[in-house]
Amino acid sequence: MSTSEELERLRAENEALKAELEALKRSQQPPAAQAPAAAPAANGGGAACPAFAPWDGMQHGLDKQQISRYSRQIILHSFGVQAQARLCRGSVLIIGAGGLGSPAALYLAAAGVGRLGIVDRDTVELSNIHRQVIHRRVGGEASVGVHKALSAAEACRALNSSILVETYLEGLTPENAVELISEYDVIVDASDNAPTRYLISDACCVARRPLVSGAAIGTDGQLTVYCHGEDGPCYRCLFPESPAAGNCARCVDAGVLGVVPGVIGTLQALEAIKLVSGVGEPLSRRLLAMDCATGRFHCVKLRAKSPACVACGTSPAITAATLPTYDYAGFTGQAAANDAAPAPLQLIPREERITPRQLQERLAAHPDALVLDVRPLEQFNICHLPGAMHTPYKHFDRHLDAIRARLATPGTHPAAAGTAATAGDAAGQDGTAEDSSSPSEQPPFYVVCRRGNDSQRALAALRRAGISQGVDVVGGMEAWAREVDTSFPMY
Amino acid sequence: MQVRVLFFARSRELAGTSEASVTLEPGSTTTVLLQQLLQQYPQLEELRGSFVFSLNQEYLAPDEEQQLKGGDEVAVIPPISGG
Repeated sequence: MSTSEELERLRAENEALKAELEALKRSQQPPAAQAPAAAPAANGGGAACPAFAPWDGMQHGLDKQQISRYSRQIILHSFGVQAQARLCRGSVLIIGAGGLGSPAALYLAAAGVGRLGIVDRDTVELSNIHRQVIHRRVGGEASVGVHKALSAAEACRALNSSILVETYLEGLTPENAVELISEYDVIVDASDNAPTRYLISDACCVARRPLVSGAAIGTDGQLTVYCHGEDGPCYRCLFPESPAAGNCARCVDAGVLGVVPGVIGTLQALEAIKLVSGVGEPLSRRLLAMDCATGRFHCVKLRAKSPACVACGTSPAITAATLPTYDYAGFTGQAAANDAAPAPLQLIPREERITPRQLQERLAAHPDALVLDVRPLEQFNICHLPGAMHTPYKHFDRHLDAIRARLATPGTHPAAAGTAATAGDAAGQDGTAEDSSSPSEQPPFYVVCRRGNDSQRALAALRRAGISQGVDVVGGMEAWAREVDTSFPMY
Repeated sequence: MQVRVLFFARSRELAGTSEASVTLEPGSTTTVLLQQLLQQYPQLEELRGSFVFSLNQEYLAPDEEQQLKGGDEVAVIPPISGG
């Protein structure tokens, strides 16, 4: 055969393999052994090898380029070419392209998992990037505003163009969970909220898929493989009752050291690789709890799955039929919206609240006014209004006396006599808060927080303690930064 | 006798420490220890029913009671959901 004939033959074979790959994708079946082998040729990446070259006596299906790319793990004694071939034929669904999903997706793409699915409905924000390191554009520009799933997929393809990356921009819902999860071999829970964690675990029980579950907040991380084999427990076996909503701190409120989800997400990639390739012992029936602040890695041996479990027990109430209508928000007391602001409270009557714009006017009119900022110290230290008194809401009850003393001490924020001020000002005219401190002799007193919920709770605590002064600022410092002072840094 | 208690995640915030040494009567059980922990750190009450409790790195079911001995290590591990 001449060179041109050979080239023709390879082209035809390449086209046939591409068509086969497309057909497989359409039928939503994991690609067969040949599929990943076809991909390098599809990229036009130099000399393509037919899937089953004569030298492939072992029938592992890897082409020359794949062997070269994955050589360092293929020659690894405990891994080898068959494990790599299973990886190249395998598929992993990563739910969440955030702090955990970033390293998980990159390492799984780099390791050569044949098909990756990435689920996320959010877009990238600047405050994500310190931990969500997958979101970057070529040229160094951060991909703020881009769909996270698309941005992550782009980074995975840039790292390894021979794999297939699929994106799901609608997020995981009770309606689509079982079907979507059934299309992949291994599921990675890289989500960031309790309702989604229960949903993923339930759907993995129904679809019988192993689940690599990771979580991170602050300086803490956790890792477990659920729903593995015949007796591996699920998330509900371990946590049959959802923790109270207030105990499920979110990164947006509690903060997170970027490298912590980085460590856990990397370990999730490791566990997924072990499950897909069949190498090593998965972290099933074990829970790794990591306290990064003290460098403590604590591994707890777990029990087999609970016969009474409503998801994976002997007579589960959660099935393919019931899961789509299960109320996850109701069960956990939390909405699945991640990083979203909590719903605004209406605790303090509207007439005892003012807008940031009104606060600005009143502060201008009364330089002696007292502003009490109840945000956590870390947030107060970023930026606050000049002269603001700081008492975090978290320890509010301990400081009621100090606040009372401050309000009663004319010297600390004088103006005192004659500041009967506020009647008839802007707020009074539009029917909102008239200073409860006026027309007494005390200067105006305002309470602020980040978004206007804790400030109301703080005011309610003051009322309970018999302090009738104080006006709440609707929307807190976030609203102040939006409506009054756009240079005020938010976080 | 003394047992060592490790606090993870939210329990560490509530207890205000990552680790504590608790003195118990010899022969005390895990139930007694949990009661004593709640007395010593009443804030932990809010986690009741939703944390993993382990004895010497082995899971202990909520309704299970085991005898402790000096030098035992228990851990309080509430779930975290961030990512």
